[in-house]
Amino acid sequence: MTDTTTKTKPSGHTYEPVDGRLLDVEDLHVEFHTEEGVARAINGVSFHLDQGESLAILGESGSGKSVTAQAIMGILDMPPAVIPQGSIRYCGQDLLTMPDEQRRHVRGPEISIIFQDALSSLNPVFPVGWQIAEMFRTHRGMNKSDALDQAVRLMERVQIPAARDRVKAYPHQFSGGMRQRIMIAMAIALDPAVLIADEPTTALDVTVQAQIMSLLQELQEERQMGLILITHDLGVVADVADRIAVMYAGRLVEKANVDELYASPAHPYTRGLLESIPRLDQKGQTLAAIGGLPPNLMRIPPGCAFNPRCRMARDVCRTDVPPLREVAPGRLSACHFAEEVLDA
Amino acid sequence: MTDTSVRQDSPTAPQQSAPEGGDAAPARSLGADARRQLARSPLFWVSAALISVFVLMAIWPSLFTTVSPNESILRESRSLPSSDAWFGRDFQGYDIYSRVIYGARASILVGIFTTTFTVLVGGMIGTLAAYNGGWIDGIISRITDMFFAVPFILGAILFMSALADSFTSYFGVIFKVVLALTIFGWPSLARLMRSSVLTVLPNDYIRATKALGASPWRIIRSHIIPNAMGPMIVVATINLGAYIAAEATLSFLGIGLTPPVVSWGVMINDSIVGLRTTPHMILFPSLFLSLTVLAFIMLGDAVRDAFDPKSR
Repeated sequence: MTDTTTKTKPSGHTYEPVDGRLLDVEDLHVEFHTEEGVARAINGVSFHLDQGESLAILGESGSGKSVTAQAIMGILDMPPAVIPQGSIRYCGQDLLTMPDEQRRHVRGPEISIIFQDALSSLNPVFPVGWQIAEMFRTHRGMNKSDALDQAVRLMERVQIPAARDRVKAYPHQFSGGMRQRIMIAMAIALDPAVLIADEPTTALDVTVQAQIMSLLQELQEERQMGLILITHDLGVVADVADRIAVMYAGRLVEKANVDELYASPAHPYTRGLLESIPRLDQKGQTLAAIGGLPPNLMRIPPGCAFNPRCRMARDVCRTDVPPLREVAPGRLSACHFAEEVLDA
Repeated sequence: MTDTSVRQDSPTAPQQSAPEGGDAAPARSLGADARRQLARSPLFWVSAALISVFVLMAIWPSLFTTVSPNESILRESRSLPSSDAWFGRDFQGYDIYSRVIYGARASILVGIFTTTFTVLVGGMIGTLAAYNGGWIDGIISRITDMFFAVPFILGAILFMSALADSFTSYFGVIFKVVLALTIFGWPSLARLMRSSVLTVLPNDYIRATKALGASPWRIIRSHIIPNAMGPMIVVATINLGAYIAAEATLSFLGIGLTPPVVSWGVMINDSIVGLRTTPHMILFPSLFLSLTVLAFIMLGDAVRDAFDPKSR
């Protein structure tokens, strides 16, 4: 790094975490006001993220996991999105009440994001090196050649072969995995304290998925970033995440450490997800699947949102929303019968 | 693809001197691609040659003729083309060849300036409307609708007659014509730019840039405009020819450029009375006017083909 990059503060960040706590999301609600009605995408989600920790947010399409990421980044289109309730605190500062201009300076140097589809996330008319260098030029006021040098170094860091020769290449000249590496390079360019990866490997094939995940893990350990990994793929997160939060219909239904969650899920939905992973020792058997469809977010069923699809549903499930409660040490579940699920 | 993944398995291995992933062709931007396409298009070369000649005429008319356009030999009035005056002479005994050469300047100036201004004004307003959306977009769109309701020539005639007595110098008159054409020409480009910005906006890279902390101004300048301006450039090139024709129309109607300014429209207007007896007087300025307009429209076509991958 050149002098200009390290002058600001030892860590390079404007904000310092309090007791290692980077991000604190509390009772977050997000609604989309459309002509057909109000879609409640997130209904009271709370979680936190510490330095050097990785949290996986797991859920199927429409569970609100990407909306959560966009709410943290502040890139929701408002309107139609509305945040009627809740707070997102970064190092003790509430991002939701922060003035726009101040918040813009949080995006990039403090909190950064990687999107699912790297091809459409890169501007097709500029060389990739130019796009990475732009980060340094806008946020750190570097001159063109210094910024381009930094871009080459970053491309080398994310293991792009022959980075110096490829710095002038255009996004379409890279393969999917390479593009995602470039997207990662852009996201970590300014040394963010929090990195959100929104389905970073969904658009990639399986071998490349593993490489990207291990790269992310490596970078996270090297820079002690807080990593939020958003995915629908249980297999992807097992190695990387410390903790897992499972989302369903805009609510968190279970929070646990990775190993415990895999060993004994405490929510019927999580159990359903785990059972629906194809396994090598079950050849010839029908794959278990969760019946039914996720609820329409405009008409979330009363009581537990999962009750129409739940094998264990009883009367209380159709009337009372189960709170997220501690069912075992360090285990949280939003099921009236979590203990039964755990014991099963 | 297998090739790719094998290399990625050992990303730091030294044998990777050759970068992977379809780089048999050298790196090319959209612009470079378009330039290559243009270089192979005969349409482009013909129009470019014609335009170069006309632009040269506009800058240095003395390269093409030594005869002054205002040198009147009245006794040779209406004489036919000869070795002395290649295109013949008009009512005033002016050399038509010389006047056609000198007339290029007004047309080219009007065409280039009007195009520049309409692109700047229309592009800016269209981008503003699309980027902000909401009531700003609503107001701008209604304003463009209002301009569309006024017929182009009628509007320009009204404007020119309202300002008939001001700005009467050579450049003053050209400025007036440019202004009139710009006022009634920007809305179509604004609409075009608005719609192409709207198609660029929902792209992930705009979200990504925003998520990585770029300011709105930077998003517009570095990411939206370069991706959205293609269609506008194409239409503007074609319009350039149309503006030259519009200038000639206004001059022909007697409210655009007026004598002593030499312009093709003025010449056509002057010679219309001799249409049946001395058609050469109207033939040459019309021919040059048509050629110029044609050249710019051909250039526009070539540029469109180059920028639009679907037309290949």
